[in-house]
Amino acid sequence: MKRPLLITTGTMALAGLAFVLVNTLPGCRPTTTQTVVTGDAASKVYVKPGTHDEFYNMVSGGFSGQLAVYGLPSGRLLREVPVFSVDPETGYGYSEETKGMLMTSHGFIPWDDSHHPELSQTNGVPDGKWCFINGNNTPRIALIDLGTFRTHSIIEIPNSAGNHSSPFTTGNSEYVVAGTRFSVPMGDDAQRDVPISSYKETFKGTVSFIHPEPETGKMSIAFQIVTPAVDFDLSHAGKGPSEGWFFFSCYNTEQAYSLLEVNASQRDKDFIMAVNWKMAEQLAKEGKGKRVPGKHYSNWWNDKTHSSETTVIDDVLQLDPKEHPGLLYFMPCPKSPHGCDVDPTGKYIVGSGKLAALIPVFSFEKMQKAIAGNEVEGDFAGIPVLKYESVLHGEVKKPGLGPLHTEFDANGNAYTSFFVSSEIVKWNVEKLEVVDRVPTYYSIGHLCVPGGDSKQPWGKYVIAYNKITKDRYLPTGPELTQSAQLYSIDGDKMELLLDFPTTGEPHYAQAIPADLVKPREVKFFKIEENQHPYVAKGEKEARVERNGNEVHVWMTSIRSHFAPDNIEGVKLGDEVYFHVTNLEQDWDVPHGFAIKGAANAELLIMPGETQTLKWVPTRVGVWPMYCTDFCSALHQEMQGYVRVSPANSTVPLKGETVSVDAGV
Amino acid sequence: MMTACGGGDAANAGPPGAPTLEKETSSSEAASSSGKAKLLTDADVTLGDIDNGMVEKGKTTYDVKCQACHSMGENRVVGPGWKGITTRRKPEWIMNMIVNTDAMLAEDPEAQRQLEQCLVRMPNQNLSMDEARQVLEFMRTL
Repeated sequence: MKRPLLITTGTMALAGLAFVLVNTLPGCRPTTTQTVVTGDAASKVYVKPGTHDEFYNMVSGGFSGQLAVYGLPSGRLLREVPVFSVDPETGYGYSEETKGMLMTSHGFIPWDDSHHPELSQTNGVPDGKWCFINGNNTPRIALIDLGTFRTHSIIEIPNSAGNHSSPFTTGNSEYVVAGTRFSVPMGDDAQRDVPISSYKETFKGTVSFIHPEPETGKMSIAFQIVTPAVDFDLSHAGKGPSEGWFFFSCYNTEQAYSLLEVNASQRDKDFIMAVNWKMAEQLAKEGKGKRVPGKHYSNWWNDKTHSSETTVIDDVLQLDPKEHPGLLYFMPCPKSPHGCDVDPTGKYIVGSGKLAALIPVFSFEKMQKAIAGNEVEGDFAGIPVLKYESVLHGEVKKPGLGPLHTEFDANGNAYTSFFVSSEIVKWNVEKLEVVDRVPTYYSIGHLCVPGGDSKQPWGKYVIAYNKITKDRYLPTGPELTQSAQLYSIDGDKMELLLDFPTTGEPHYAQAIPADLVKPREVKFFKIEENQHPYVAKGEKEARVERNGNEVHVWMTSIRSHFAPDNIEGVKLGDEVYFHVTNLEQDWDVPHGFAIKGAANAELLIMPGETQTLKWVPTRVGVWPMYCTDFCSALHQEMQGYVRVSPANSTVPLKGETVSVDAGV
Repeated sequence: MMTACGGGDAANAGPPGAPTLEKETSSSEAASSSGKAKLLTDADVTLGDIDNGMVEKGKTTYDVKCQACHSMGENRVVGPGWKGITTRRKPEWIMNMIVNTDAMLAEDPEAQRQLEQCLVRMPNQNLSMDEARQVLEFMRTL
């Protein structure tokens, strides 16, 4: 969202516009940092050296395709977890073992656009076990294990295009969902090769329910519901009284397929789609679905073999709502709804029409009554549309401009981001009254309250993730860091505490108390449990073997040497596979591995792990290899040589480590 | 282990900061069972006749976790060779080096003197107390 805006609005124009709009609204605060930072903000975000933050903040990398992990309240970047994009720093997507994580039905895909981190839940509360995140471009969902902070599972979503309204979870992470942003033609090749102008007749949407296996984290598509052709935007599961339902916002009910900026902004109202997922689950169980073409990959990381495992599935179970009345309903929602958020009680669903000047709040109880009383205003492509007035709890009047997303605290308050007027507005869910507002810098997209989309928000902070940075930090040429702000919500008034820069695009984020995650941390992998096919459990197993033109090196690393570190007998035309096992068995002792001319990246091998780098030498000579991760005082000595001879050479293959008597 | 590095001494030769934080939550059986690294004393380690079953297990552990740095002869590879080690060091000192490595490097003058020679901090290879005892038994045969 950021880059097109920059192109179309020029330098300070948009931020300037935001200021003007903010200042025309009643009750607005001044917009300079100097005047909005009050009291002792510094002490509230200061985390003493050697002590830890209170919350983990899982922040999407947006177009970086990764997940960034920050500490709150300090805003310190702790880690960038490679998810959908290759990462030369760790070898993710470069090592032979990790390449499979990025395989799809389109082949190896080294990048995606990651938008929404969603923490797994138990009884409607984030449990610190996993973090899901969606890939938009080549539709996928990833599962990150919070014991290792590594991508543990990635599933591709078939019959989907632009996986945006994803991967929001049900209350016990029975399912995470994937709603397609672009509707597309589906079926066999002939059914998919159609004119774009036949959109209304031939295009369809889907929402998929993906089941993560509780023990292993392996993901599979339980069922996929076919919908009329629209654009799905965001979603959230019901909870409490609305448990068993899922709500998806959708726009482009105009069914435009060109210049959507204009053509999809015609209708006064689009929809929030209510899905009875318990009913869908039952239908699937009873065999009421139909298996249709939908080739997709499911990739899983095995912590014992330290390798990815890929399963290819050719089809998917689809349910047609036209055959199953009661499965889907549309609720009219003003002006291209974006956010679709369910309050902690599960009684209310907040739609945020991004072009609307009000926030509609729907009542689940009223929705049920409207369904029972058949209070419909008609149908949309065969799906009943409930009457707006019948399902409405009420509207927040004139809250700001361009409402996008809403999170909640535990005291009945909602916090809604306003992109156009660049502010967070706090309002009371029952009373629908605005109680406070603060400016953001600049043009906020998503926002996050710890636990703020769950049954039991922890509250304490709201964080703004902004689309525009401008002058907030030291300038770095045309391309700037992205910008987040931390506000205290402990008092009646929101209080700005901190700016912190973020990587990629901080699209959405969730936060969780550190105490729920820290006890899960894996410190190293047990060497005894290593089942990698090329593991060397000790230097006695280090060796070199030839298999045709493949040379396999069983290599070990420990502070601070490799075994073997002298290899001879490699010939031009060979493919050399360095299978490096890190023999260390303590926390924070990775070893790296790099060799001159390798056309990929380094390996970064955790203690007890085995990883493989493929190297195809292109010249005769003696080539250096070394450890890249500073490991001890003799790290700079952790090096070796590989001799490469001509293709017709008779130099025997050998690998050794030669020790002189160093004395005692 | 909590008390690891004093300022700027030889114990700081490892990765910056690595041994100081949060060792109380280390998955090392030795560390967690003893809480704040309480060093073993002579009363904690008793030697009897050589137990060949233990020797065999100790050798297996040695091959995976120790051999990369310690030879079975007298020569030093990274750390000292093990031949005759049990005649030079007390059993509890050896056990402490294996299971309380960081505490020994921080506190024990002999361990520190050894570090000054080898310059690579001995890794904590997270052996259990039983595994360490088996390795000690194996050492007695060298």
